[in-house]
Amino acid sequence: MTAQTKIFETPLYPYARHPDQDATTPARHTAVVVGAGPVGLALAIDLAQMGVEVLVIDDNDKVSFGSRAICFAKRPLEILDRLGCGVEMVDKGVVWNLGKVFFDDRQVYEFNLLPEKGHKFPAFINLQQYYFEDYLVARARELQAEGAPISLRGKNKLTAIDQQSDHVMLEIDTPEGPYRLRADWLIACDGAGSPVRRMLGLDFVGEVFQDNFLIADVVMEADFPTERWFWFDPPFNRGQSALLHKQPDNVWRIDFQIGWDIDREKELDPANIDKRLKAMLGEDIQYELEWSSIYTFQCRRMEKFHDGRVIFAGDSAHQVSPFGARGANSGLQDTDNLAWKLKLIQDGTAPESLLDSYDAERIHGAKENILNSTRSTDFITPKSETSRIFRDAVLDLSERHDFARPFVNSGRLSVPCIYDGSPLNTPDALPEGPARARPGAPCPDLPLADGFLLERLGGRTAPRFQLLAIGVDVPADLAVPGLDLEVIALAPDATPALTERYLGEAQTALYLIRPDQHVAARWPGFDRAQVETALARALGKEA
Amino acid sequence: MSLILTRNTPHADDVYQRLIDAHEGKTKAESDAFNARLILILMNHIGDETVIAEALAAAEI
Repeated sequence: MTAQTKIFETPLYPYARHPDQDATTPARHTAVVVGAGPVGLALAIDLAQMGVEVLVIDDNDKVSFGSRAICFAKRPLEILDRLGCGVEMVDKGVVWNLGKVFFDDRQVYEFNLLPEKGHKFPAFINLQQYYFEDYLVARARELQAEGAPISLRGKNKLTAIDQQSDHVMLEIDTPEGPYRLRADWLIACDGAGSPVRRMLGLDFVGEVFQDNFLIADVVMEADFPTERWFWFDPPFNRGQSALLHKQPDNVWRIDFQIGWDIDREKELDPANIDKRLKAMLGEDIQYELEWSSIYTFQCRRMEKFHDGRVIFAGDSAHQVSPFGARGANSGLQDTDNLAWKLKLIQDGTAPESLLDSYDAERIHGAKENILNSTRSTDFITPKSETSRIFRDAVLDLSERHDFARPFVNSGRLSVPCIYDGSPLNTPDALPEGPARARPGAPCPDLPLADGFLLERLGGRTAPRFQLLAIGVDVPADLAVPGLDLEVIALAPDATPALTERYLGEAQTALYLIRPDQHVAARWPGFDRAQVETALARALGKEA
Repeated sequence: MSLILTRNTPHADDVYQRLIDAHEGKTKAESDAFNARLILILMNHIGDETVIAEALAAAEI
């Protein structure tokens, strides 16, 4: 038995009876998160760091069974760093930049993600979801030990909810019977099949793809390089696709497209998987099958991401195909967007309508992800004969001509979402500044004398707003009641990356930055009224 | 720039024959693949998305 099998077989948050179960009137919690997956745990940590009391319930008591989500992008790693556990993930994870695309029996081209220098985090790491969750649980435990208001209850299964005007009543089943709880806010991070969404009878509309994929995670000593290999129509899986990707501990993710009309039991038979693996990797390979699974997928989303005091985040709100690693990565961007808003609403600093901006911004993100993921799926599995002819033409041409390579779509990898058009943005008053740092964008990282810029941005113990003043004087008396506002002053010539990433053609700049490190507004200089108006707007108090 | 839908090839017969000759001896599947590659090459050469959209519309007769 390998070390990693043990991780997902050991109860990390085993059931224990809680006094809430014996309370005569149901106990009240500020936030109850349903689902201790990557999204639920990240949200709970974010809330607890800022002092919002949060309880996570899960019908299981272990981390994810099998590797599942394995590919984590730079932006989520930056978010995790704000939550205090990004570096551990990178240290354990496998960093990769190179991807190769094969068509039939030959390599047609390769791409390099060529990450820009001067960022704390790499473009991508591969890390098994069970490790990811394990680190999050460890971080939650660490916060708990420091006295942060976070708790986890395993084998607590939500069975019913009743929405009231200012809270939600929950019915929870446990190995020792049911009990009830009240929650000011219920956040459903309970996955694509979301029981909470079903309990509320809310729609989850989109496109169903008639296809199956067989995942095999195998442990093997192989000398394949740390690259993403993707095959279109290879000899070992005719008419279908395949993927090979490395994870930590010599675990390799192998993914076979197997079509719609299949015999699941037969496909999952280790003898069948063995045959497939040998056809792909050679008769001589030595491996241990760690996990296998067959999955299908859909691209769909909810019409609204919150309903009264019930909020949806991650796969419960939106589901995409796995191509592009846009599932867990977008779920983490949901929590990043949501946590500070809930905290400010809970404190009375912002109106409840601030939550509407969560819908606006994250539905924008979900649409982008669904569009990209649907296009990848249509390229990988062409829907008509003509579509397949064009797909194959692109692949053939990509071997010879550079122009065709951007058309090859084996997954458009997750990039940070820019909240263009968000109601919280103030129109750009620094158009000569770089587009990548425009209002709505997450702040680009850069190295400073003592670390990285993003280590200083965003909210950790409070939903902090910041003014990044580059060659701009900001008066010391600038303060907003109930709000943590910090000024970070940098000289315009501090580093070339600052000029490139924040000034562009401008000589000076003032950025208003949200607790989730997204830009709310920017100007060439300081004007008190403008800053106050932009801040009010970013708090959902329409100016 | 917009899509040219007036006469633009001085030697129409020659150009047309090149197109037909290119398909000579090909099976239907080979011709289909050839046409797809040709369209992609020309589409990239044009580059301008507006012109491509106009061409797609003009092809819908």
